[in-house]
Amino acid sequence: MTIEQILVTIGGIGTAIWVAWYFWLSEKKAVKIQTALSGIQEAFITVKGGYTPDVLIFDAGKPIKLNFHREETAACSEQVIFDDFQKQATLTTNKTIPIELKIDKPGEYEFHCAMGMLRGKLIVK
Amino acid sequence: MALDPVCGMEVKSPSKFYVHYDGKHYEFCSENCMNKFKAEPAKYIKGDNLNSDLTSEEHKHHNNSAHEKKTDATYKISSEGIEKITIPISALHYAAGINIVEDEIKKLSGVKSAKINFAASSAHVEFNNKEISAKDIIEKINQAGYETNKATLQIGIGGMYCGSCVTKIENELKKVHGVMSASVELGTDTALIDYSPSSVNIPEIKGVIEKLGYKTYSTSGVKPIKAKDEKQGAEEPVDEDQVAREKEYKTLMRKFIFAAMVALPVVFFSYPELWGLPVQFQKGSEMLRYIWIAMSLISLPVMLWSGSQFYTGAWVAFKNKSANMHTLIATGISAAWIYSAVATYFPSIFPNEKLTGQFFDVIAVVVALVVLGMALEIKAKGRSSEAIKKLIGLQAKTAKVLRGGKETDVPVEEVVLDDIIIVKPGEKIPVDGVLTEGYSSVDESMITGEPIAVEKREGDEVIGGTINKTGSFKFKTTKVGKDTALAQIIQMVGQAQSSKAPIQKIVDKVAGYFVPTVIIIAILSFVGWFDFGPQPNLIYALIVFVTVLVIACPCALGLATPISLMVGVGKGAENGILIRSGDALETAQKINAIVLDKTGTITEGKPSLTDVISTNGFDESIILALSASIEKASEHPLADAIVKGAEEKSLELFEPKNFNAVPGHGVEATVNERKVLLGNKKMMTKFNITLNGLEEKSVQLADEGKTPMFVAIDGQAAGIIAVADIVKRDSKEAIEELKKIGLEIVMITGDNARTANAIAKQVGVDRVLAEVLPEDKAANVKKLQDEGKKVAMVGDGINDAPALAQADIGLAIGTGTDVAIEASDITLIKGSLKGVVLAIQLSKATMKNIKQNLFGAFFYNALGLPIAAGFLFPFFGILLSPMIAGAAMAFSSVTVVTNANRLRNFRQKEK
Repeated sequence: MTIEQILVTIGGIGTAIWVAWYFWLSEKKAVKIQTALSGIQEAFITVKGGYTPDVLIFDAGKPIKLNFHREETAACSEQVIFDDFQKQATLTTNKTIPIELKIDKPGEYEFHCAMGMLRGKLIVK
Repeated sequence: MALDPVCGMEVKSPSKFYVHYDGKHYEFCSENCMNKFKAEPAKYIKGDNLNSDLTSEEHKHHNNSAHEKKTDATYKISSEGIEKITIPISALHYAAGINIVEDEIKKLSGVKSAKINFAASSAHVEFNNKEISAKDIIEKINQAGYETNKATLQIGIGGMYCGSCVTKIENELKKVHGVMSASVELGTDTALIDYSPSSVNIPEIKGVIEKLGYKTYSTSGVKPIKAKDEKQGAEEPVDEDQVAREKEYKTLMRKFIFAAMVALPVVFFSYPELWGLPVQFQKGSEMLRYIWIAMSLISLPVMLWSGSQFYTGAWVAFKNKSANMHTLIATGISAAWIYSAVATYFPSIFPNEKLTGQFFDVIAVVVALVVLGMALEIKAKGRSSEAIKKLIGLQAKTAKVLRGGKETDVPVEEVVLDDIIIVKPGEKIPVDGVLTEGYSSVDESMITGEPIAVEKREGDEVIGGTINKTGSFKFKTTKVGKDTALAQIIQMVGQAQSSKAPIQKIVDKVAGYFVPTVIIIAILSFVGWFDFGPQPNLIYALIVFVTVLVIACPCALGLATPISLMVGVGKGAENGILIRSGDALETAQKINAIVLDKTGTITEGKPSLTDVISTNGFDESIILALSASIEKASEHPLADAIVKGAEEKSLELFEPKNFNAVPGHGVEATVNERKVLLGNKKMMTKFNITLNGLEEKSVQLADEGKTPMFVAIDGQAAGIIAVADIVKRDSKEAIEELKKIGLEIVMITGDNARTANAIAKQVGVDRVLAEVLPEDKAANVKKLQDEGKKVAMVGDGINDAPALAQADIGLAIGTGTDVAIEASDITLIKGSLKGVVLAIQLSKATMKNIKQNLFGAFFYNALGLPIAAGFLFPFFGILLSPMIAGAAMAFSSVTVVTNANRLRNFRQKEK
């Protein structure tokens, strides 16, 4: 093996490990949503190539309102689906589409687009 | 369920609060209502159909009428300042929410009672208007996290000159029950009023303003605030998603055309040997180097404009620590460009001249193809959602309403409950209602899928969105706005189309890992080819790297299920089958036993007169006329059948005298000076009537599933009158088809075994569960499930609700405009058992289509990735070009959508 080959091999395997770590293992930044005076935990989520923020922390037992604002026309993100609650919504471009939930049981609840490529998570404590 | 005669609410029977009054049993929602009733019972007894002491058969009819009543305006004011209000609530999606809202409202001082109806998504609140206002209650509901449905009305007001006018109008409007808020603007001469459509209507609101001496202009219709921007001059209902899709398609096509135009010369100059170009264009020449420089520059706009969505999509996903199709394409074309640019500008870096190459052609071609694929996908998807667009297009825009004796055209949004609407031949029926005058035939195929026009006469239901064919008629509206059958169908179809089939779960699992895995495969392939591949190894490694990234198609995988589901559910709606969710669709094709409720499902659900047998020389028409005269006084559904039977034969009926009901036996009365007895054998024995051989005939009739009644006139046996719930026209055929599908068919009924068996024999059902109490139906379904079967239950949505819910699939037979039946997974609007067959066939066809798509997508990726990685190279010397990979990728997702669209050609299999 030449020096180049060794370097490419080490570099390649290193990058592969980094890819696996970055996409699967690294901790995602979570946003804690405050409860408004009205008692509603209201969050605004921008939909553009993904959900921003995509990990949200809520308190259990209080109503949650997620306002999705889709800023792209790509058909990919047209729908957002909450499997655990059998809920879905069609996100019209440049419109705020609210989804209301109330989760009593602490845990992690995923949401995603119709094809499962874009993902987000609600952490209920 | 019973109906509280005081507040009109549905009450779970038996209720803790009840009163026996005038021989009848009344149930109440609360002590309060009960006490009110006790104080002034006469005030609350309007109809006599509030009796809850009914048999199970009667229950059905009773509940149906209770159901319809619910939509009536529900604002009542009693003298003590106690008000009742019905507030429609949205976002009541799960039962847990009900208690919260209820408790919240009850905590308010001045609120007497609060009850939330989950099925109707509305809150019924009773409150003292001296202590608290409707607005406070609504605010409380909003604070609890729920939205109250309100309509917003914008009307022009003429004749306002000063600020005091504004306050005057506002205050007056706020006093109107059902108005939540009113704001009047002097500058624009308009009022913006939020109101509850179930409590107050627009003419009433306008009336209030006009009474104050101002003029009103009906400038705009009622629309929720959200839709406000939409109504500017828009005649057609606008599907915003469609508009967005159209725009996206056009943009993508422009991007494609640009990329394709760049691709042509770039590809041309990339293969100088292939075209046999003169030597000055060949590799290593100065000329070609300049061409490469030009190509490197021109491919930048291709990447950054035509392919901009790849970069933005990839970057946002990357920030979110996720990856998608865009990540793959963006990484692939970037790697290709960087390498090509280095080779173009700094060829001396490479030790071997052979290593200098360029992939600008790959960039242009891949971007062009993938963008084209995305555009075609959007187009095809538009076709997939055609069904719901057709439904939306069915909605009428205007209605001819009879107001103040005049016929006026009003926007359909302004039609209110109890309006009388005139429909002329060829016109669309704007909303749901009951025909009050006239006769016509109506084409309901767009809603029910039934191709034959339906005859309509007085008292029949008409459905909004259907087309009147021959005659003119008037009808009274019973459902408007979002309560109409059509509006509910649209909502249900939309929800089902975006729901998920359980099969999708596998895909979801894969999708989360798919893209990063592909990136890792690409990197490892690069290393493999660099280390062990032939020379020039760097070029090979790069080709493989780009090809792997480009060929992987997460889109085909992700689209496979939802797109077929969308077409399948839409196809169902076209045929009068409303499928609630992907889950329902998937389960429907797995069932192996089907339970059919007898009454209303296999049979018509209401008895009709079948036989009149005479003896002792009595005339048949006299027997029928006298019996019908007695029964006119009775409320029994069987009595109704006899009266109708007599009316159909145009017999003259008389007023009965000395009417007396003998419980458990029958009735006696004097009719037209003749003493008539009508009842069972016990009745005849009691009055010492010799039956004269009628008994055998009665047994025979009973064996045929009919209900015979003996008639005696002036102390002599006269004959038998038999009524029966007749079998629907196509039930037998449908059951045969269900058997052919291979389902075990079970009939369930509360009727006695003899009647049940008679019907079963007629339609060819082998297994009968008779004498099952309504509340035990669910348990019987459970029993079948315990036998290891997947059970479908077909019944009506009210009495059979628990059984429908218990079954793996609950199919509700719809009646007219009642389509959103909570307990059902599938609603058959047409009310025919044929719909069950079609629903199962459709579910099978859709699932087959989904599986084809999934197999195709998995197979494509499983085959494409190793080939792209070069696994075939050592054996056959085959290595894919990244451009071929781009084409494959672009068309794999188009193929999935096209395959799903094949479902649009689904037809019911004949035989």
